[in-house]
Amino acid sequence: MKVEALKCKGCNAEYDKAPRYVCDMCFGPLEVKYDWELIRKNTSIKKISNGPDSLWRYVDLLPLDTDYQIDLQPGFTPLIKAKNLGDFLGLDNLWIKNDSVNPTFSFKDRVVSIASNKALEFELTTLACASTGNLAGSVAAHGAKGGLDTVVFIPKDLEKEKIISASVYGPKIVTIDGTYDDVNRFCTLLSEEKKDWAFANVNMRPFYSEGSKTLGYEIVEQLGWDSPDHIICPGGSGSLFTKIWKGINEFKDLGFIENIKTRMHIAQASGCSPIVNAIDKENNFVEPVIPDTIAKSIAIGNPADGLNSVELVYETNGTGTSVNDQEIIEGIELLASTEGIFTETAGGVVIASLIKLSKQKKLESKETTVCLITGNGLKTPDVIAKNVKTIDIDTNEKNLEHLLATSN
Amino acid sequence: MSVTINIPTPLRSITNSTSELINGSTLIECLNNLDEKFRGIKNRLIDKEGEVNKFINIYINGEDIRFSDGLNTKVESDSVIDIVPSMAGG
Repeated sequence: MKVEALKCKGCNAEYDKAPRYVCDMCFGPLEVKYDWELIRKNTSIKKISNGPDSLWRYVDLLPLDTDYQIDLQPGFTPLIKAKNLGDFLGLDNLWIKNDSVNPTFSFKDRVVSIASNKALEFELTTLACASTGNLAGSVAAHGAKGGLDTVVFIPKDLEKEKIISASVYGPKIVTIDGTYDDVNRFCTLLSEEKKDWAFANVNMRPFYSEGSKTLGYEIVEQLGWDSPDHIICPGGSGSLFTKIWKGINEFKDLGFIENIKTRMHIAQASGCSPIVNAIDKENNFVEPVIPDTIAKSIAIGNPADGLNSVELVYETNGTGTSVNDQEIIEGIELLASTEGIFTETAGGVVIASLIKLSKQKKLESKETTVCLITGNGLKTPDVIAKNVKTIDIDTNEKNLEHLLATSN
Repeated sequence: MSVTINIPTPLRSITNSTSELINGSTLIECLNNLDEKFRGIKNRLIDKEGEVNKFINIYINGEDIRFSDGLNTKVESDSVIDIVPSMAGG
């Protein structure tokens, strides 16, 4: 079996594979322990290159012990050379990893594809999650495809588009009057009672979070088996940020790349930036905050992988950048108007951070910089709705050319 | 005064219960009294520096104690204390 056990990151205690995420001894997080000898025998660059155009091309490196049953074909999303945006910023080697074109239009399909299949392996009956919206949609879609009962828990004030785009798949949607952190606490406690439920980001978290490392794999593969100089990633819980790094390191350990030169940059909204605050203060702990930002998909005031993210920034000589709501909107509009990619607010956070890092001369023009766009703009259209301009005419209009010339 | 402490799964093998009624006027008093009843349980919750274990969050009536007075946060009669592993979510 490729998955040997679960191992505590805090005290190294080992546990049998099961829907569990926390160490009984020290409360530390559990991680998947793999049989790397077996994996080395089974995987190669050639095998991956000939694999399906989805994250299942990396199935030999993912924590499933049986064939995957639920497949929405997530991952292997485009890595696009951003020439126009690069010209605007004076960066010759700028790339957009467009994860907004996943099956449910966010990177969450990567993690849920693992959690949902693992739920089948463990013969659990219900797929559930605590979500800021994108995860709810992905859990609902995977639950529908896999024939699992699905219950998603979300903050009551979530964008209506995110609620609609989860609702269509037919889950039970439970709204809680509170922040995401309140929802998360509720689900963590509930998971102690619901032993036959797979909470994607609670009791399935050791397996679920491994799905994020495929973003690291893909960036390396799509750059011709090379690591970039910079990765700019949105920061919510910090799980994606740390798992991308894990993925790149696994490719190095497997000998697929020789060295890693990547500096990891985390981008947060200033209305919810506990990780960036810790970096700014050079703290080795993360103080929770109460979120107040339009970037709701990453509005996590008490990030589970916060400290790991801070340490990763220090380790790779990266940075943490926070941007305000107006900068987020400008970031969304700049990416759309230069590259034709419409991202949600988390992507606006990344582009606004890219602009700041570029102005601060932290990115060299020739260096390879990859920006992660993790969700689709149609999920948060309200933030830019006030900027919509139209030229309103009737069919008898004679002055169209003048109107076009004078509109901006 | 008596408060309810909900016991997380990793500690239930010590208490053989899902919750305990404990006396105390501050959080640390309650944890000390819990430790009187179940020797050693406090060491799982508080580290050597006297801080809350970095892998757990503690809530009193749903409020994170880090937004109030930490271990010295006052508790009232009938308060509910939740001890929640922090490595979930996101």
